[in-house]
Amino acid sequence: MSASDNTPQVDAAAHATPTFTLLRALSVVSAICGLIIVGSYLLTLDRAKDNRRLASERAVIKVLPDAKSVKPWLALANGDVVPAGEGDPPTGAVRFYAAYDANGHLDGVAAEGAAKGYADTVRVMFGYRKACQCIVGFGVVSMRETPGIGDKIITDKDFLANFKALDVKLTEDLAGLANEVKVVKHGTKAQGWQIDAISGSTVTSRAVGKGINDAAQILLPRLVPKIDRLEKQ
Amino acid sequence: MARESLWQILLTTILSGNFVLAMFLGMCPFLGVTHSVSVAFPLGLATTFVIVIASLSAYLLNWVLGLAHLEFLRLICYIVVIASAVQLVEMYVKKNYPPLFRALGIYLPLITTNCAVLGVALFQTARDYDFMQSITFAIGGGVGFTLALVLLASVRERVELADVPESVQGTVLVLMLAGVLSLAFMGFAGLGGGA
Amino acid sequence: MSESSPLLAPPSTWEEFTEGLWKRNPVFVMVLGMCPTLAVTVSAVNSLSMGVATTFVLAASCFLVSALRKLIPKEVRIATYIVIIATFVTVTDYAIQAISLDLYEALGAYIQLIVANCLVLGRAEAHAARNPPLAATMNAIGMGLGFTLSLVMIGGVREILGAGAFFGFSLFGPNFQPWVVMVLPPGGFFVMAGWLLLFSIVRRRAQMRAQENERARAAAETSGACHGA
Repeated sequence: MSASDNTPQVDAAAHATPTFTLLRALSVVSAICGLIIVGSYLLTLDRAKDNRRLASERAVIKVLPDAKSVKPWLALANGDVVPAGEGDPPTGAVRFYAAYDANGHLDGVAAEGAAKGYADTVRVMFGYRKACQCIVGFGVVSMRETPGIGDKIITDKDFLANFKALDVKLTEDLAGLANEVKVVKHGTKAQGWQIDAISGSTVTSRAVGKGINDAAQILLPRLVPKIDRLEKQ
Repeated sequence: MARESLWQILLTTILSGNFVLAMFLGMCPFLGVTHSVSVAFPLGLATTFVIVIASLSAYLLNWVLGLAHLEFLRLICYIVVIASAVQLVEMYVKKNYPPLFRALGIYLPLITTNCAVLGVALFQTARDYDFMQSITFAIGGGVGFTLALVLLASVRERVELADVPESVQGTVLVLMLAGVLSLAFMGFAGLGGGA
Repeated sequence: MSESSPLLAPPSTWEEFTEGLWKRNPVFVMVLGMCPTLAVTVSAVNSLSMGVATTFVLAASCFLVSALRKLIPKEVRIATYIVIIATFVTVTDYAIQAISLDLYEALGAYIQLIVANCLVLGRAEAHAARNPPLAATMNAIGMGLGFTLSLVMIGGVREILGAGAFFGFSLFGPNFQPWVVMVLPPGGFFVMAGWLLLFSIVRRRAQMRAQENERARAAAETSGACHGA
């Protein structure tokens, strides 16, 4: 190998580099690298957190356009509803956002759902209003669906009309949705809880329906009995 | 989050989400060592093996780092641990299974620098897979990698003697073939999806 | 590994810089770093960001490798290079998270996969490890810019054909029917093959012309020699 051609000082020592030298080199390099990583982590931490918060607020305001301020909450596995704090949420908790109007009154609740689409997971955000017990807005958080086919779910007017008042009423005992949110063939929507699919983008349409249904089935039974607690900011 | 079933993950990683043809992981061996099936197949198997090892160690490592709240060291730890794990496996195989080592020998060092190996670790972390899901993802990824390699190699063996314009020979031809293969694999998209 | 022959005069800083731009372009000539080249080039913006990120990692790691080259024993050099590269990739990862979350989502795990880009380790090992920091950094920046240039060339074509836009600006108006396959995985292979084909044709033309010139000159010399005799 010509690798040692112009590094004679290394070459000469190559036969017996003392362990101490190896350790010294490795620890110096690790120390430098550690410093660089920790420094950049601390420098960017706040900005990254702000970006994340802004991004989720923007997504919430897209599904609940009247909202003026947004606060994250958690619906815990034991049915309790608490404001989301710092750090990791406990297992089984579902994160959602309470959106308030200009007067500080609760406008609605937004939450995320996800399901496998055509290419990858489709993550959607939906807005829920207590008054009509329905979903009133819909947006896509992230997806990698086929451009021009799957991504019609954010441009197709007929499809978006499904989410003006999508029925997600709970059963009498508040254990689950009275009617499962269901995606039906294009043009056959007859009930308030059905979603009219985009013809040609069936898989993606179904993913949206499944994402909303799965998230709503878990979140709403926990949230609805306690929804008044969100009023007092 | 809806949990993907193991079957879904397996189908997706082998076909529609193929590591090479859809995610472009492991391009170097894909373009470099697909002259013949007899080389591509063992390389694919060896890579599958290494990918599974990498996935296992990355899963354990992520768990440990999560306990210690040192997530910002994830990347650096992944690459060091995966590289050492592959080295250890290489030494173990060399000592205890010499025939296997002779079969894999030349490929093992190559595999360490394959981005599919690091990719599997990064993607399983990004997607929050649990233990079984990670392993399935790794196996599927490896099988998909092998499939893509063997397919391309067999196509290349056939066009070997074909009369191709001089400007198209070499990398250009391989890339075009890969593009057609990738086009074919797109037909599988949506298999693992749906409600 | 044969590029820095001790017999030749060391190349000037400017030569170090321009080497990677075109003559030894990492993507089109050396065919290195194919993962990001094909995976993230669905749009010109993504390509540019990926290129800049890689350039930063390349330049910073080559600088550090070169600065520490006397300290690093040969036995552990690859391990140290990898640690150094991983460090700067982590830094880049955080920087992109702080700059734009959309970009971060678009590039995804491929930012972290810069670690496995053979281009970076290759330059650290083949150039930075045996050149002073200035030369190493200049060469790395040149290589990085060459990489960026090729990424934008691929990403630009894919965006123009597949989305009818360039850097997000619509080019052909609303009636354009996009060639969707170009922004899907197969498009990456096809566009890359297309560029390589173009270069190979151009190179062959140039070679043929050079050969013709050569032959003409040889013929002229022979006839000249005849006259002389």
